[in-house]
Amino acid sequence: MTVTTASVPKIGRHFRIQWEEAQKAYVLLYPEGMVKLNQSAGEILKRCSGEASVADITADLEQTFNAQGLQQDVINFVELALQQKWVETT
Amino acid sequence: MTDLSEAQAAQEASTIGPPLWLLAEVTYRCPLHCVYCYNPVDFAKHEDELTTEEWFKVLREARALGSVQCGFSGGEPMLRDDLELLVAEAHRLGYYTNLLTSGVGLNEKRIDALKEAGLDHIQLSFQDSTREMNDFLSSTRTFDLKRRAADLIKSRGYPMVMNCTIHRHNIDHIEAILQLADDIDAEYVELANTQYYGWAQVNRDQLLPSREQLERAERITNEWREKHGNKMKLFFVVPDYYEKRPKKCMNGWGNIFLTITPDGRALPCHTARMLPGLEFPSVREMGIREVWYESEGFNRYRGTGWMKEPCSSCPEKEKDYGGCRCQAYMIANDPAAADPVCDKSPFHHKIVAAVEQAQIPGNPQQVKPLIYRGPKESLQLDRPF
Repeated sequence: MTVTTASVPKIGRHFRIQWEEAQKAYVLLYPEGMVKLNQSAGEILKRCSGEASVADITADLEQTFNAQGLQQDVINFVELALQQKWVETT
Repeated sequence: MTDLSEAQAAQEASTIGPPLWLLAEVTYRCPLHCVYCYNPVDFAKHEDELTTEEWFKVLREARALGSVQCGFSGGEPMLRDDLELLVAEAHRLGYYTNLLTSGVGLNEKRIDALKEAGLDHIQLSFQDSTREMNDFLSSTRTFDLKRRAADLIKSRGYPMVMNCTIHRHNIDHIEAILQLADDIDAEYVELANTQYYGWAQVNRDQLLPSREQLERAERITNEWREKHGNKMKLFFVVPDYYEKRPKKCMNGWGNIFLTITPDGRALPCHTARMLPGLEFPSVREMGIREVWYESEGFNRYRGTGWMKEPCSSCPEKEKDYGGCRCQAYMIANDPAAADPVCDKSPFHHKIVAAVEQAQIPGNPQQVKPLIYRGPKESLQLDRPF
């Protein structure tokens, strides 16, 4: 599956992302399981609303964290997330 | 000194992680009579179930500590009339809610109410692939009911997670079980061999499969994976009797799992109630924070400090934490011993002997009549395992 800047990812069916104060982390919840996300994974996934494209997500992250050149990192992560079924793309 | 010990206690509390997994065993009542049920053999003595309000308090307090996965189990949780209320409260608190059910009692009205309450996931158990064997093994006529429950679950947009406990009497039907899973469009399939606790321990010699049976079942499962790819995620769990190192039981004692029994006992695992010399706290008398961080029951086998030889000097002690305390008690008569599944245990020969008898078809141990799980049998046996 190829991810481009135009891809629009959204959290996969049967997954839910939420902030867990006790773990100080975003987690991804699914039937009888949980993935604790590191900061960058959490920041990307929480923007996978099904409305924002990879380009939009990248721009938002670069603005929020005052950074540049994040596009390839975002694409790589969304590809991984697709394989894991954490996200779906339209 | 006071200051120091308080500081130390604070330090310990901060290194003990939260009880991420809360298993709410809401009732021991069950319409099925499965011969491998992991409920305590003397379950019929513990009938005084927590009320709705008492469960709300448990859910609230565990969530405040960081519990995030909540399983509603039993017995058959559908037998609680307030299940929808419990699920709604768990959902409101931010849990991911899982229902572990036989499907008995799951009709259109109730599944809609559960969906409305925010239930995230349903795991449906089957006993075998055919009506005859399913109904024989559960001593009920429930197979058709389960098929209907599977259709209902699917129609409401839930992921289909099917569980079938595997043992000597159904392991040779593995292909038909996989076909059944495919027919009901299962996305996850757990083919978990019986682990020997509770009623399964009572019936152990009749349930333990032979090595040949196991190898065949694993081979067929692998072939199915190759042929059908990733459509169904298949989990095949071998009985630990066939291993030489113990499992990391519950991912470590008091590490992430918290079980609350129907009558409000807080346990580090759902079978720990059998262990002698340990008073597990009741949630009617103690808050969840104190239960998890301070109670004797939860601290006794935490970490590695309690270990004896051969565990205490074992290089793998952090890997498996000495295995299962209940198995150590049942086989070695000492809950602090090494799990006898480990071939370093001086009691490993007892595991080997059980495995050996499973290789001889038709030997007298295997053909003893099965004892079905039921309140009458529970009171007659009147023992913890």
